Amino acid sequence: MKVEQISIFIENKSGRLAEITAILGKAGINIRALSLADTSDFGILRLIVDDSEKALKVLKEQRFTVSITNVIGVAVPDTPGGLTSILQILDNNSVNVEYMYAFVERSGDNAVIIFRFDNIDEAIAALTKNGIKILPSEHITSI
Amino acid sequence: MSLPVNIWNRDAECLPREAIRQLQLKRLQETLSLVASKVPCYQAKFKDSGFQPADLQSLEDLRHLPFTTKEDLRMNYPYGMFAVPMREVVRIHSSSGTTGKPTVVGYTKADIKTWTELVARFMTAAGVTREDIVHIAFGYGLFTGAFGLHYGSEAIGASVIPMSGGNTDKQLMIMQDYRSSALVCTPSYGLTLADRMEKQGIDPRSLALRVGLFGAEPWSEQMRRELEQRLGIIATDNYGLSEIMGPGVAGECLFKQGMHLAEDHFLAEIIDPDTGAVLPEGSVGELVLTSLTKQAFPMIRYRTRDITRLDYTVCECGRTLARMEKTRGRTDDMLIIKGVNVFPTQIEEVLFQIEGCEPHYQLIVDRENNMDSLEIQVEVNENIFFDEMKQQRQFVVQAEKRLATVLGVSAKVKLVEPESIKRHEGKAVRVIDRRQL
Repeated sequence: MKVEQISIFIENKSGRLAEITAILGKAGINIRALSLADTSDFGILRLIVDDSEKALKVLKEQRFTVSITNVIGVAVPDTPGGLTSILQILDNNSVNVEYMYAFVERSGDNAVIIFRFDNIDEAIAALTKNGIKILPSEHITSI
Repeated sequence: MSLPVNIWNRDAECLPREAIRQLQLKRLQETLSLVASKVPCYQAKFKDSGFQPADLQSLEDLRHLPFTTKEDLRMNYPYGMFAVPMREVVRIHSSSGTTGKPTVVGYTKADIKTWTELVARFMTAAGVTREDIVHIAFGYGLFTGAFGLHYGSEAIGASVIPMSGGNTDKQLMIMQDYRSSALVCTPSYGLTLADRMEKQGIDPRSLALRVGLFGAEPWSEQMRRELEQRLGIIATDNYGLSEIMGPGVAGECLFKQGMHLAEDHFLAEIIDPDTGAVLPEGSVGELVLTSLTKQAFPMIRYRTRDITRLDYTVCECGRTLARMEKTRGRTDDMLIIKGVNVFPTQIEEVLFQIEGCEPHYQLIVDRENNMDSLEIQVEVNENIFFDEMKQQRQFVVQAEKRLATVLGVSAKVKLVEPESIKRHEGKAVRVIDRRQL
């Protein structure tokens, strides 16, 4: 149920992002989802890829600082108010969202939200209990 | 605490204080009369000061003589300060000369013998014996480090591997295959070796390495702990400078309570670097050294630019020789930022205290709108990288706060990617000063 996400430290200078995507492209790794958090000096690039083990290896070889975090993916109907019901469940159960990012599936019916929680197991329990389906890892890495 | 105590030359190293002073006075008088008859630079200095060697009645009288500085050595480049004809000189060494001309120093046969003895003393104090295989990773050449440790090791009867600097992968291979047990290099290169071992998956405990003798640059107690933990060794400090002799001027015993200074061969004073006044016993200040037995290149009141403190109490190991604290930096490494004295070693201490942070850092000093600014670039590693921005920023804020408290001046911490700060196999360059003063 949990999805492995790769986080990479990057300095805020031109061409860095392209360098990372080039390294992954050359290794035949496909990026499924990404988000970038940044400050004026540095950024944290978060990626979900089809082969996170391999991605970790090639990035480390190129001397990037990399870590793996567990996140979950939830399908949300791509309609107004779709996200609110999920956030309310989390709020009612006092689960904190550390960060989240979204993308739309190819079919276009659903949006996929990637969540990072302070307590991932509690979050999974709360969502499952309220009938929200958590996407299996393979579903996200093979989008 | 009971630690093994090995002493190379018990008569000299455990001499009572009064006997040390008598020996120093006798040797000082001899050295002064030598330079007064042989070295024009000192003849001129004595004349200017109105103080003649014959006037010297006590060790304290030395303060009537002017200092010798690096500038004097440059003005007398290359051989002007030598006190013997070249046919008596058997070896030449030289400093790197990063600013202007290098300085050239010479040794007679007897000088080499003294040097060898003094290195054997501190290596023995650090626990090196004839059973050891000494891996010397200092560069062999004009620099005094490698040759000094080389001859000292041979005098002890240890097996020397004259590895020289650089080529880290080969160093590791030899360390593994030849079973090196004592490592000689700069502390920053010691960390480079630890990094490389980690990268290659070499467990330091699988090596025969048991002791490290680190010198040639100032380093902190935190750096000692890291070297000891990551390399699985006992790490000791030693001190020397080519103008005085090279390594062997002072070195630690296993109690690690300061470096025993070879007072039978050198007379030490601590001065105020600004006024030149001699400071009372126990004060922190600039170390000034006078050679007492050197023949080829005697030095009178040489300003080392190193900041330290001397302790004259008898050490637990039984040695009576004064103990010199780890150098706190150099007067010429000292940065004055917004009027506050800042030493790179202070910053190193703080970075070590923040858990997991290795000292790959660089200071960038700049001036904008007549205001000094200090930026500290720190390389990120897995221990201080967080997936959450909140935590990552917290780390930066915490580091900045602690630095401001310790330094007394604010600093901006900038995280940079691994290996983006230029590494040196030998001495580390820590400071970039962009101020146009």
